[in-house]
Amino acid sequence: MANRFDVRSQPGFGTIAIFTFALLYLPILALVVYAFNGSESLTVWGGLSLRWFVAASQNDAVQDAALRSFIVAIWAAGVATIAATMAAIATTRVAPYRGLAFKYAFINTPLMVPEIVTAVALLIVFSRVKVWTGYSGLGYLILAHTAFCIPFAYLPIRARLESMDASLERAAADLYATPWQAFRRVTLPLLRPGIIAGFMLAFVISLDDVVITEFVKSGGQDTLPTYMLGQIRRTVTPEVNAIATAFLALSILLVTVFFFINRKKA
Amino acid sequence: MGSAADAARRAESETTRRRWLLSAPALVIIFVAAIGPLFVMLAYSFMTKGDYGDVKPIFSLDGWFSVLLQRDIFDDTLSLADANLIIMWRSLSLSAITTAATLILGFPTAYFIATRPRETREMWVFLVTIPFWTNLLIRTFAMQQVIRNEGILNSLLMWLRVINEPLPIMYTDWAVLFGMVYVYLPLMVLPLYASMEKLDFRLVEAGYDLYAGRLAVLRRVIIPLVKPGIVAGSILVFIPSLGAYVIPRVLGGGKTMMLGNLIELQFGAGRNWPLGAAMSITLMAVVMIALLFYVRNAARAGGGHG
Repeated sequence: MANRFDVRSQPGFGTIAIFTFALLYLPILALVVYAFNGSESLTVWGGLSLRWFVAASQNDAVQDAALRSFIVAIWAAGVATIAATMAAIATTRVAPYRGLAFKYAFINTPLMVPEIVTAVALLIVFSRVKVWTGYSGLGYLILAHTAFCIPFAYLPIRARLESMDASLERAAADLYATPWQAFRRVTLPLLRPGIIAGFMLAFVISLDDVVITEFVKSGGQDTLPTYMLGQIRRTVTPEVNAIATAFLALSILLVTVFFFINRKKA
Repeated sequence: MGSAADAARRAESETTRRRWLLSAPALVIIFVAAIGPLFVMLAYSFMTKGDYGDVKPIFSLDGWFSVLLQRDIFDDTLSLADANLIIMWRSLSLSAITTAATLILGFPTAYFIATRPRETREMWVFLVTIPFWTNLLIRTFAMQQVIRNEGILNSLLMWLRVINEPLPIMYTDWAVLFGMVYVYLPLMVLPLYASMEKLDFRLVEAGYDLYAGRLAVLRRVIIPLVKPGIVAGSILVFIPSLGAYVIPRVLGGGKTMMLGNLIELQFGAGRNWPLGAAMSITLMAVVMIALLFYVRNAARAGGGHG
């Protein structure tokens, strides 16, 4: 058995693969380990400690930024999911009609334009609008985030719709359900896993955004990522590691949940 | 007969109208906060730059002109804008090297995953997905901790006595390259794996039966079969590399700028919005060309396999 020629193996590939996984995880691991460093500096190990997590959680700027990140992400992901669900219903499981390809391309455009390009284009437009209207609240951030969240929410919802059997809704119609009743009682419950997945994807995408937020935000509107970007440029203390680690834990949690929701569906 | 056809047509136009209404919120939001601003930016690229940023509504080609050329302030002679060209060249070459490096690391990794037993494959894919969904800034910051002077890499090399002085990697092209390879590696592995998963190993076996060596099988059988995955992965890495902004800003500092940072500079200290707009449109055009290439390749691959 040991000497059997394995047609699948290629020399050195396993080694490179292990190296790749080490490369993917070691830097993150280092970041997490240093978040628990008791010492003042990033270079000296001062024993295991939670002081930087405490410091970060008591820092007003961090609290504000975290809260703002959540508000923007909830609104953007919420609105994007509703808009994406409606658009998915209008563009999935339908006979090709005029404008279908256009809608599809239009919805996916934000995925194709480099973020920095969208960011400066929004800077140009919103800086004008801010002067005209005098409004400089969170609305701009939420609007910008909603736009780039829509294609991410759209993907899993559309995928779920495509795998659904249209005959169920037809059966509902045959049983004298109005279109709204059929949607409310048949389509929506079946679609729910797709909608949840779409919302979570959009939420993570909004929470993670750095570039567009950096260009759209008004003064004093840092989100957690832009706050960290500012801190990294200045003196780096393990406090940034602590924030990053907490952020990381949240992302991994969301991705894991998303992974299992999607797996159950399959 | 005519009235039945009329009714059918009316019902159809009613359906179409409802579909447009349903799509309207998504289309309007994307138009207002993603696509529309691109047209405004296109217009800005043809205007005169304002004294304190912004633009004056006077037609001018100076913005486009300055992408590649500069006018001497004393004698008005034209020369190539060296600074811009260096940064554009750096963007292109670093993106190409990043693509090659991720391919060299990603190909064996994807192959490794595809040849695991079915039950464990999903776990390996999940392990690639986690870094992919981790905040880009956090991963960039993690890389910074590895390569800075007192970082893990230098400490390790000094401990092994390979070097006596820390290698100054931060704020060099190398730092940006390491960062981009690290950050974009999952984007290479995932599409490669998707096409390798479908690989029919009976073809590989046939290659060995016909006395091909391992290298010949790799070159003549495996690589041609997974070529769509190679192209997809390469495009998916190349495009965000070209527009990278956060990675060169954090790891390259002000010294190792890429196109994204050059664009930002025009809207900040440079106060040349038309030039920044023209550069952005140039970047977008390059990305669109790369995407077109990808779509054509995907269409051909899809048609070929039937």
